Amino acid sequence: MTEFIFPRSTPLACALALVVLVVIGFTLPDWAMFLATMAFSKGMVALGVVCLMRSGLVSFGQGLYYCIGAYASGLMASWLGTSDIFLMSLLGIIASGIVAVIFGPLLATYRGIFFAMLTLSLSMILYGTLSKMSVLGGTDGLNISAPTFLGYHPEGRALGLSLYMFTCAVIVIYGGIVRTLFNSEHGLISLAIRDNELRIEYLGASVRTEIAVTYIVAAIAGGIGGVISGAAIGHVDPEYAYWTTSGEFVFLAILSGYLSIPAVFLGSVALEIVRSFSNLYFPNTWQMSLGIFLLIVILLFPKGLGALLSRPKKPEKKQ
Amino acid sequence: MELLAYILVDGLIYGAWLFIVSLGLTLVFGILNILNMAHGSLYAIGAYAAASAVGAYFALGGEAFPFGSYAAMVIGAMFVALILGPLLEYGLLRHFYDRDHVVLVLVTYGIFLILEDAMKLIWGVTPLFVSEPYSLLGNVEFGPLYYVTYDFLVIVVAILVGIGVWFVLNRTKRGKIVLAVIHDREMSKTMGVNVDRVFLITFSIGVFLAALGGALTAPMISVSPSIGVNVIILAFAVVIIGGLGSIEGAAIGALFVGIARAASVHLLPEAELFVIYLVMAIVLVFRPEGLFQKTQARKI
Repeated sequence: MTEFIFPRSTPLACALALVVLVVIGFTLPDWAMFLATMAFSKGMVALGVVCLMRSGLVSFGQGLYYCIGAYASGLMASWLGTSDIFLMSLLGIIASGIVAVIFGPLLATYRGIFFAMLTLSLSMILYGTLSKMSVLGGTDGLNISAPTFLGYHPEGRALGLSLYMFTCAVIVIYGGIVRTLFNSEHGLISLAIRDNELRIEYLGASVRTEIAVTYIVAAIAGGIGGVISGAAIGHVDPEYAYWTTSGEFVFLAILSGYLSIPAVFLGSVALEIVRSFSNLYFPNTWQMSLGIFLLIVILLFPKGLGALLSRPKKPEKKQ
Repeated sequence: MELLAYILVDGLIYGAWLFIVSLGLTLVFGILNILNMAHGSLYAIGAYAAASAVGAYFALGGEAFPFGSYAAMVIGAMFVALILGPLLEYGLLRHFYDRDHVVLVLVTYGIFLILEDAMKLIWGVTPLFVSEPYSLLGNVEFGPLYYVTYDFLVIVVAILVGIGVWFVLNRTKRGKIVLAVIHDREMSKTMGVNVDRVFLITFSIGVFLAALGGALTAPMISVSPSIGVNVIILAFAVVIIGGLGSIEGAAIGALFVGIARAASVHLLPEAELFVIYLVMAIVLVFRPEGLFQKTQARKI
């Protein structure tokens, strides 16, 4: 039974997850579908933070790629006149990938708080630049027209549903890729960097290369997350790159822990639900509720919510 | 040439209060090993407390002796430190010391979220203005421009605070004990140092410095809920430039950031927001651990 709930093979798990998500999608009311789409797209960015966290690095500037993805797709929509979600995602991947290829190797020499602060400063530089650039709408940002899907122009609920389906497909595929990467030699080296990077060097692997590669994988996840968020909201502004946005992704990554990938997306959904409801019931103190929620999670689940979801080692342990 | 002088003076004024705030941050990091993300909120709370204290002072008939409002500001900041210091350190942070570094940062991020809303609940969202202390001391003529004397008062306070903290740490017995705790927590405990108390007091002083920075800026700006969010990032930049945990570093970092910002305000206003991060990024490229950080041996 546990074998069925936690399939050992990644493709099988992905296929299963996709089917479940799609079936759930048809039953969701509109607001919940939007919430899930947003949660999943933010989960993508947090997945990037989690990738880096496995190596003991905390990126406090993942909003950089979230913002780049959203702006790239927004600009493409307004300049090229096409808002095909596949093209937008491709552009988001390319844009964030290029930026990450430039900065990844540079950042890979930094650790701990310096890594966090440098990533943060990069995202704040983008924030500062975007806020002052009137061509790109300054602090008001840009509107993004509704996405199309390979020539299909849905409206109303169909639009929300299509975007939700697209998001599900993206997170399942990327989640699968990341899981495969985690289980590969590279992924295991990344995990070992956390414990002792000098030993890794002595064993013949390049810590810098591993970190740079992980950084690029994380950046691309952030870019895609930005594209989807931008398309779902229909608007993008420099706040995407502000440090509090990035802080939220770190929050989410810690909340879910680095043990399980589905946990990142489930954690994201939980966070969005907490946020929406506290927004609704305590409109003036929703930040406070989030803060208290965060403290409780840290206190009660030292390894993140993911520890609850990760594969049970002993069969007698209840899943 | 004249422009250069303006940039220097403006940079010095801006750097002065930034130094006070950053000093608190670097002190807490150096001794407790916590990067306090809520530091900006404590700054904002200090500003609010000072604004309320000054308001109350004048409401209670302080007009007769307006200079007393300065004391009111400092008392406001002390009040914040006395309440929030022990509350946060003793009530919350203490329970997480055995956890990962990053988790502690996240805990302070949680505190930041909570305090941001707590401020709105206590003081509301409408900006507060207390400009009386700002204009009390008159103006200083500086070339064709006038500077408010209060600005220079902030510089004096910053220098005094910096020297004071440095003196206590390096030249007194209590300071030596604190340095011993930084050097080896366990060993100092064995030697009979009450480490818990050192932490509590240091954290409270850190809170006080943040609040004092806020209190000093309160008369210069309109006190609104969002002021802390930006300050924390500035203070981070200052502390990182100087090297975490270093007082001299914080002073140099604050000067760097202050002058860089003043230069961009005068020369290229569009760049004001990001020039600070640019300076920080450049410093880190050449000095990966900040300007005043000693290199440490890595454990194999």
